[in-house]
Amino acid sequence: MYSENYWHSVRLERDLCKGCTNCLKQCPTQAIRIQKGKAKILKERCIDCGECIRVCPYHAKKAVTDKFDILNNYKYKIALVAPAFFGQFSKTEDCDLVLTALLGLGFDDVYEVARGAQAISAKTRELLSCGELIKPAISSACPAVTRLIAVRFPNLIPNIIPLRSPMELAADAARRDAVEKTGLSPKDIGIIFISPCAAKATAIRDERLVKNTNVDGIISFRDTCLELAQKIGGISEIKHLSHAGSLGTMWATGGGEARATQAPRRVAVDGIHNVIQLLEDIEDDKLCDVDYVEALACPGGCVGGPLTSENSFVARSKISRICKAMDAETEMIDSSVDRMWDASPVYRPVMKLDEDLGIAMQMAMKIEEIAESLPGLDCGSCGSPSCRALAEDIVRGHASVEDCIFKLRERYEQLSGQKPADSNNEPD
Amino acid sequence: MDNAIKLHYNVDGEDFTLAGTTSATVKKYLKTLGLPPDVIRRTAIAMYEAEINMVIHADGGVIDVEITPEKIHIVLKDRGPGIPDVEKAMQEGYSTASNEIRELGFGAGMGLPNIKTCSDEMKVDTVIGEGTTMDLVINIK
Repeated sequence: MYSENYWHSVRLERDLCKGCTNCLKQCPTQAIRIQKGKAKILKERCIDCGECIRVCPYHAKKAVTDKFDILNNYKYKIALVAPAFFGQFSKTEDCDLVLTALLGLGFDDVYEVARGAQAISAKTRELLSCGELIKPAISSACPAVTRLIAVRFPNLIPNIIPLRSPMELAADAARRDAVEKTGLSPKDIGIIFISPCAAKATAIRDERLVKNTNVDGIISFRDTCLELAQKIGGISEIKHLSHAGSLGTMWATGGGEARATQAPRRVAVDGIHNVIQLLEDIEDDKLCDVDYVEALACPGGCVGGPLTSENSFVARSKISRICKAMDAETEMIDSSVDRMWDASPVYRPVMKLDEDLGIAMQMAMKIEEIAESLPGLDCGSCGSPSCRALAEDIVRGHASVEDCIFKLRERYEQLSGQKPADSNNEPD
Repeated sequence: MDNAIKLHYNVDGEDFTLAGTTSATVKKYLKTLGLPPDVIRRTAIAMYEAEINMVIHADGGVIDVEITPEKIHIVLKDRGPGIPDVEKAMQEGYSTASNEIRELGFGAGMGLPNIKTCSDEMKVDTVIGEGTTMDLVINIK
């Protein structure tokens, strides 16, 4: 199901898009342009952080996820549940009840990603103590952040801890357990991740991110919650299905992952724009005395994911109550299940102007010159996120100076030899 | 040479919170040129340290950056107090920064040593009471 040409999971619903500038201005990799009144995503630049989904007032940004019919493709179906999921329900804070209800949606078994998280934390502690990691070591858990590093911070690729995501580790362990339990062939087992975010959907479809994924499909929190809400009231017998501890479950919220590493000097940052600021500082060598960096694209961590249904602050408080009743750590995933990743992120120089340095320099000079002549308002009316971005788009051949409404007005004045009506009516 | 990019910046010495903005701008610029990541990293760190020095010791100054396909040449000029003992200043941990400055996270005595590590050529021209000019080269190839 994955391919080399898969770029991103965030998509535009053309009919809903009004061509406003909300997403344009918020995109951290300047991956959006407005063309002919509609937003367009530049596929190479999108890192699936979901900022545009969050800010679009018209709900025109969606994430491609699977629907429940994907379950029909497999003989034995396992719901792989992200810890933030347990914070999505207004009336229940019982993990066993939520997991039991999932069985009613057609899953044969459930597996908590928090168990993978707890194992990744343990492995991280081990790697930190042998002192082989480049400091500050950056967590590999958030796929939007690792992709951000791959496109904007190539110098920091060696700082990323070479571990699988908790989702991948848990999926691998779940498949092994299921093969043992059912005697089925591994390919008959469907591992479906219940996801708070779009970046996870890409992480299983793009071979450049994870070579051999164990996750077969992704269904969003929202779609699952809708279905689950109808089931949850009718459960008569709650099965004991929850095996995760609080250290793994706390990964759902900002700071939980960093705390589980027990690193003496750790920093936790959330929200993609905050992450960028911190990565800039790391790149400039300003954080060399820090051991561990947890960096999550969504505000508040995974509970703030764009595909969640509950308010992130409310979800956070629920998760923390749920964790109080849990043991810190539970039985570890068997050490024969590999913790290390199978592929390191590869530098994708998507901001580069040209392969040839000489040409790139000529283009850069032209950009400077054009940027100087633009008004510097960064209004976004031209369809580019800033005046400088417009200058770049012009030099790249994707836009023209007349896309700037101020330059267009100047041109109109020159051609007609008169000022437009409104500028003649200036107050005295 | 006509195939050279020339950038000129004034560094404000009044505002600490702005220290580092010039090197950040240049770093962004170098990324669009698609220079090797290591060249960008070294340039950003060397320039950041030098820019900070300019702000904490010399009340600001001017920075000129010239980029050719072969190298990045940075000249930082200030009208500060000058460096009395350049050799000492090049030692790790040596700093003349005040306690207040250190409280802000600067003045660890790593500025000049870091600049030296990151650049391929480094020249410091300093006159007491008149100012300091620092000349840095980072080779691209």
